[in-house]
Amino acid sequence: MGWFMRRIVQSLIMLWIVVSLVFLSIHFVPGDPVELLLAQDGAAPDPAMVAMVRDQLGLNRPLHEQYIDKMTELLRFDLGTSIVDYSPVATEVSRRLPRTLELIGAAAIISLLIGLPAGVLAARAPKSLFSRGAMLVAGTAQSVPVFVLGTLMVILFAQFLGWLPAGGFVPFSRDPAKHMLLLIMPAATIAIGLSAVVFRITRASMLEVLPLDFIRTARAKGVPARRVVIRHALRNALMPVITVFALQLGGLLAGTVLVETVFNWPGLSGMLVSGVNARDYPVVTGVIVVVAACYIGLNLLVDIIYGLTDPRVRK
Amino acid sequence: MTNVGSELLQVSDLAVSFNSGGDWRNVVRDVNFSVSAGETVAIVGESGSGKSVTSLALTRLLPADVTRVSGEAIFRGQNLFDLTEQQMEKVRGDRISMIFQEPMTSLNPVMTIGAQIAEAISVHRKVSRAEAKEEALAMMERVRIPSARTRFNEFPHQFSGGMRQRVMIAAALACKPDLLIADEPTTALDVTIQAQVIELIKELQAETGMGVIFITHDMGVVAEVADRTLVMYHGDVIETGSTLQIFDRPAKTYTRALLAAVPKLGSMNDAPAPLPYASFDLASGKMTPAPERPDTLRPDEPPLLEVEGATKRFDQPSPVLKRVISRVHAVENVTLTLRRGETLSIVGESGCGKSTTGRVITGLYDYQSGSVKLNGRELRSISAPDRAREIQMIFQDPYASLNPRLRVGEAITEPLRIHGLATREKEQAIAASLLERVGLKAEMASRYPHEFSGGQRQRICVARALVMKPSVIVADEAVSALDVTMKTQIVNLMMDLQQEMGLGFLFISHDMAVVERISHTVAVMYLGEIVEIGPRAAIFGNPAHPYTKRLLSAVPVPDPSLRGQRNPPPVLELNSPVRPRDYQPPERDYIEASPGHFVQVPGPEWA
Amino acid sequence: MKQIFSTPSAILLSILVVGALLAPVLPLHDPLAMDVANRFAGPSARHWFGQDEYGRDVFSRLLFALRSAILISGSAALLAAAIGTAIGVAAGYVRGFSEALSLRVMDVILCFPPLLLAMLAATLYGAGPQTLVPVLALVFVPSFTRVAHASVMTVRTMDYVDAVRLMGASTQHILWRTILPAIAGPLFVQFSFVVAMSVVLESGLSYLGLGVLPPEPSLGMMVGAARATFIDEPWLLLAPCLLLTIVIVLLNAFCDHLRHLLDPRRSQN
Repeated sequence: MGWFMRRIVQSLIMLWIVVSLVFLSIHFVPGDPVELLLAQDGAAPDPAMVAMVRDQLGLNRPLHEQYIDKMTELLRFDLGTSIVDYSPVATEVSRRLPRTLELIGAAAIISLLIGLPAGVLAARAPKSLFSRGAMLVAGTAQSVPVFVLGTLMVILFAQFLGWLPAGGFVPFSRDPAKHMLLLIMPAATIAIGLSAVVFRITRASMLEVLPLDFIRTARAKGVPARRVVIRHALRNALMPVITVFALQLGGLLAGTVLVETVFNWPGLSGMLVSGVNARDYPVVTGVIVVVAACYIGLNLLVDIIYGLTDPRVRK
Repeated sequence: MTNVGSELLQVSDLAVSFNSGGDWRNVVRDVNFSVSAGETVAIVGESGSGKSVTSLALTRLLPADVTRVSGEAIFRGQNLFDLTEQQMEKVRGDRISMIFQEPMTSLNPVMTIGAQIAEAISVHRKVSRAEAKEEALAMMERVRIPSARTRFNEFPHQFSGGMRQRVMIAAALACKPDLLIADEPTTALDVTIQAQVIELIKELQAETGMGVIFITHDMGVVAEVADRTLVMYHGDVIETGSTLQIFDRPAKTYTRALLAAVPKLGSMNDAPAPLPYASFDLASGKMTPAPERPDTLRPDEPPLLEVEGATKRFDQPSPVLKRVISRVHAVENVTLTLRRGETLSIVGESGCGKSTTGRVITGLYDYQSGSVKLNGRELRSISAPDRAREIQMIFQDPYASLNPRLRVGEAITEPLRIHGLATREKEQAIAASLLERVGLKAEMASRYPHEFSGGQRQRICVARALVMKPSVIVADEAVSALDVTMKTQIVNLMMDLQQEMGLGFLFISHDMAVVERISHTVAVMYLGEIVEIGPRAAIFGNPAHPYTKRLLSAVPVPDPSLRGQRNPPPVLELNSPVRPRDYQPPERDYIEASPGHFVQVPGPEWA
Repeated sequence: MKQIFSTPSAILLSILVVGALLAPVLPLHDPLAMDVANRFAGPSARHWFGQDEYGRDVFSRLLFALRSAILISGSAALLAAAIGTAIGVAAGYVRGFSEALSLRVMDVILCFPPLLLAMLAATLYGAGPQTLVPVLALVFVPSFTRVAHASVMTVRTMDYVDAVRLMGASTQHILWRTILPAIAGPLFVQFSFVVAMSVVLESGLSYLGLGVLPPEPSLGMMVGAARATFIDEPWLLLAPCLLLTIVIVLLNAFCDHLRHLLDPRRSQN
């Protein structure tokens, strides 16, 4: 129990540090941050405009007051307001976040369903045709940048073959079939690279575990081969797989930016990219804080799973 | 229960080849033997002899894609090599069981030990989970794992090495197999634990009448357990026969070499001073006893090393805050003296602090209290370069003690380079002469460590230790990882060097028989303290402390006619030297049992 | 050493890298020179890969784009390697409080998804290589720290390190002559890995318009721009896609090759 509490407290502290850094980042900029934000094409911005935005962002108040204000806002889940259209960032984020998560979730499930069994099979016969072929495919799949893959998929499946719609979004409640159809390509684009990673790490991890002594002991006890692979080998081999998978998912939280752009999937990325282009920094920082929080939460979840499955960790 | 005397396994013309990089290498040739019910057959040999490969071949656990096995192994009327993998799975664990060498890594770390024992039952018998659990508990009690019911749900890392081996035995014998194959089951265990495990196997064998194949490199263990013995060397069976016959009248040269090299406790009873081993020439079969030599000890010269009350404790902080919650009392109030030409051995089991003592004396660890004087000067006040000229160390693991990136010649002369003591040419000359001195060839200086065997690497480490011409050498289990024949050669080398240079050796070891042969003085350590110290004859002939007696009684004696005459020590988990923060070590008194022989007065725990 | 560059992928990669780096001195068309009259011209004797929507030579744009990708990724990786290794080695050798602090700081950096951190930096400091290289370096410092730290922790338990200490060597000698050569292997592998990941990140950022700024060519941006005109000019899209993919595949293959060379099991044979 103590171990779990410690991990949770560590995560909360981490979250606090990250959030503080992000919200203070505006102050790490050389020169006046607001002038920089409002400067377009190198022309100096209107001083009145600058003053108004500074006031609006509360930048004229002492630093510690700003900080405390920001922290209390956050505790109320208030992520600030956009400079551009004064809308609350939190509202828009809460609208878009589920869509991004849906994409990631679908890709995660697909990649586990493909990658895990393939990795286990390849590890059992590492020199076989299947294993070598799969390694080659995985190596290539992993290397293709996700926006290249997405672009090519749109061209192939939407423009040439016309099997799937090119992009866009329909809420599930309104038209479930169309929603799923639109989900397929973006999810598949992510899943291809992710499956490759899962496959490779599963195979590598299994290859590390299979020659270990306790596997030999299990076989010497007469445990049937399938049970040895699943109950003994895989259970030990899964640890690194979980770690790498979680790392990848964390990276995905950002990688979906590209996929969403290619397929016009209205997740967080649209908000983020327009925010960056408009130098709308409350929007940008708001999204980053949410994503970082998700990432920390994900790591905590992984650590808890680790603690539950590997008793040595809890010592 | 099988009829005692009926034949269980008949092995004929067994041969095994491995495929590495496309070439087939024959590692085991022409093995023939049989095992009957109630009988123990030992397969003995050094590393590379093929003994383990033979046992793995019998149970078909070698990797199928790179192994070729030929011959016959008739078990219960069937040739094991003709069975399908499915049929073999039914045999393994049920009719033929195996236990292995490394208890640390041989158990699944994420499965409870109870589940692992119960698994051995449930894959072979149709029983419910509860029934399997009950049987597993019964087995745990049979192998004397205390508090079986509570420990059922614990994990392997919560058990000590000896206990883990018991868990392995429980799982192996749960289905009452006809044949048990034990592959070096006690090699990684302390000598007292080893004695207990051997006793346990013998008991269970007597109960069930099973046959046992016992694989080992230790002739003492062979004498202890085996009715018949196979001696293997480089994949060939050199000699087989009854154990008594093999020990009494060894027919083949290699067997005689092996027996000559095996240290026998009590063989030094009449020798006043340490004695090198007889050297054995494998080619001619001739054994040359060690030449007469005067004792190297020079008692009249000032001592090389004076340690008094040295103490070293390691703090264990809590993971969150920096508070110390407990301490490891690794070295506690150690006092000893080493004179010129003397070999002082420190013996004890794992965790007793002997290695840490060695490291404190060489300066690798700083000591917290007491004094360590090297050639009259306090260790702390000696600068590192000066200290390097006075004391050096040879380590246990020949594979980890040489920098894999340095050529052997460079490794030997590295100290000279660090302190700028020689030119390039001089360096090469020194390396060449040292290599010759330790029994290697000068041209080996340009090769890398991985091209050498363990024994050769240890010789290189000796050369490296000598380059600064120290007066004291600490040998931390320097021969423990070597084969028996190699052990004796390195020991002889060390003793020759001692003769030549008047070196003082601090020999740290757990091998009592080797210690008996080479030491002038012996110190016995337990939980960080010296419990007994004195001249070798006194310690071995007249041990006074209960722990020393325990230790000596557990050493296997390579004389089959003495089998069964020792009483192995009772089951006792080795205590740990970890103490809580506020622990005050008790006051210890020492009495002088005879001149120079000091014994710690045993505390209440030895009652 | 020779083994490192022995595989076909390594050779091909070297050719591409050297060719790209030498781009300014090779006899190529100016990648920025427009020739609007001949926009979308197909491959010809003068323009091997044809011309883009502004009539610029596609071949030279590709090569210059590869060059900037390599320069940005390479410098970011070098910077990250230098800083990360120094911190990791110090943490692993000295231990104690500095170790705990360094590792915690790295954990905090790792909480930021790389792409988003780069976007945040672009928001605050403006897009372009001068922002990109430091941000990419920052993103990868933790990985080098971890690799260095883990390697040092393994090496210091080796007896040969104790043997060198017993020889009276100074800490400097131990660090530079004994420990650093021992950990160099994994660091090289990590370096190749980070270069590959940087190329991926840089291209993604360019695709979003946040990397190398136009009119300087970048592979990601060329992909983004060519998408609209794919039906008429498929080559304009496929060329940067192919080049990008091939380079990353080669980098990853090189990385695997290094890792295979380093596998401790090999030296035991």
